[in-house]
Amino acid sequence: MSVLLIAEHNNKEVKPFTLNAITASSQIDQDLHVLLIGSKADDVAKSLSEIPLVKKVLHIDHEIYENYIAENYTAAILKHADKYSHIICSANTFGKNLMPRVAALLDISQVSDIIKVISPDTFLRPIYAGNAFATVKSNDEKKCVTIRPTSFEAAETTGGSAEIEKIDAADQTENTKFINREEIKSDRPELGTARIVISGGRGLQSGENFKLITDVADKLNAAIGASRAAVDAGYITNEHQVGQTGKVVVPDLYIAVGISGAIQHLAGMKESKVIVAINKDGEAPIFSVADYGLEADLFEALPQFLEELNKLNTIQK
Amino acid sequence: MKILVAVKRVIDYNVQIRVKEDGSGVVTDNVKMSTNPPDDNAIEEAVKIKEAGKATEIIAVTVGEEKAQETVRKALAVGADRGIHVKVDGNIEPLAVSKILKKIVEKENPDLVFMGKQAIDDDCNQTGQMLAAHLNWPQATFASKIEVNDKSLQVTREVDEGLETIEVNTPAIVTCDLRLNEPRYASLPNIMKAKKKPIEQINASDLGVDTNPRIEHIKIEEPPKRKAGIKVASVEELVQKLKNEAKVI
Repeated sequence: MSVLLIAEHNNKEVKPFTLNAITASSQIDQDLHVLLIGSKADDVAKSLSEIPLVKKVLHIDHEIYENYIAENYTAAILKHADKYSHIICSANTFGKNLMPRVAALLDISQVSDIIKVISPDTFLRPIYAGNAFATVKSNDEKKCVTIRPTSFEAAETTGGSAEIEKIDAADQTENTKFINREEIKSDRPELGTARIVISGGRGLQSGENFKLITDVADKLNAAIGASRAAVDAGYITNEHQVGQTGKVVVPDLYIAVGISGAIQHLAGMKESKVIVAINKDGEAPIFSVADYGLEADLFEALPQFLEELNKLNTIQK
Repeated sequence: MKILVAVKRVIDYNVQIRVKEDGSGVVTDNVKMSTNPPDDNAIEEAVKIKEAGKATEIIAVTVGEEKAQETVRKALAVGADRGIHVKVDGNIEPLAVSKILKKIVEKENPDLVFMGKQAIDDDCNQTGQMLAAHLNWPQATFASKIEVNDKSLQVTREVDEGLETIEVNTPAIVTCDLRLNEPRYASLPNIMKAKKKPIEQINASDLGVDTNPRIEHIKIEEPPKRKAGIKVASVEELVQKLKNEAKVI
């Protein structure tokens, strides 16, 4: 049996996390079909068909799918689910919203947010915000699985030529209406996907002092994070919160400034590739996870850090 | 309008999780337990809606072992009117919880069901959406703002791209984000009063729901440990290391 991946897109382009989910799906079974549910999304169908790992694109095109309402998507997916061994989606807000609705109606206990495919029925997934890893085996006949995008490489996007099959729309819900979407337009990369994140904690002492963080972030093209303590103290709004109850981030470089390293903060960043801690308390727990620790007063260290960065000829963006 | 709020008892978010040596799970003995953080936001929102005169009754429900009752008691202390504790021992998956909650919804006929978007123990993020599916109700997940109208809700959702606003007809399920509100603390008099509020106990087995796990936990292990790092003496050294050794800038 083949596996079915539900594509995330904006009717113009494939969203990047779908490419990571495609890699994971192909590790479950190489006979990978992608279901594209959209409105006037022919360009998306074409790009999906050019992904070498994709064997077939199923394309449902109808205006009711313009805004990815989970209720409408679910009805469309259920029409085709019986032909597949696995229904798969990325574990971001798109897939997290959608997949359990599908799984419940198929009477399947979903396996959420996997970070490794061990076999077609056995997966590794983090629990307790990554403080433990669980190896789980699904005993349902059919599986519903969501993929943590940052744990899989993005699939190649060119060179393939999968068949595109047009299929019919399903019924529409009357009970959910899309009103609007405000995309946060920022010159800065998004916290969840940024290559570099610089975070401030209670050590910053005030909201104004976050400017020291912002200046370095501008230089490094980094996203700005914060500890729960800094958010609770009102220094910065909570969409910046990194940690168990905030965002889990896995950047190439994570710089923790004035953050002591409470358990719940560590849970949100300790999988980062390289961690830097700047803190004047040499005993702070953050140093136990830091690759490079600098015991220093951040009010002196941050301006110096910026100065040193300015001396570099090139900075990777 | 009646609001049902589902709450879950989990290991407190500030506790260092320890994995059992035999790989069977995490240590829960003598560990501080609390209400799952976004479930506190769900209760808070229901209480605010009631205070605004738009709801008449708030029922807090939990599914779990004997001690799970504590989370219901806490909900009663911050403003829920009565509680339901569906007793079940052992590991129970979101699919089974959603089927149990469906039975409770059919019994209580609420107009709204609120719960946290995700539990911080199993991190599944499934129960609300599954309940919505079983009931064929609309779902508004990851809510950071809720406006209650006569027969509908306008809900702003936290999505990867930013904020999405949808309108759902009631009855509906809402799963709550931490940004929805600031949960209040229970005052001592209210904690005392909550002791007198009723909590109905129901055995899951009496509801006719199959609660057997479908997912086997083969092994629970500690995540790979990070290699011990080094301390650098100066900002200059730090930048040099990042540039030439780690090669990340």
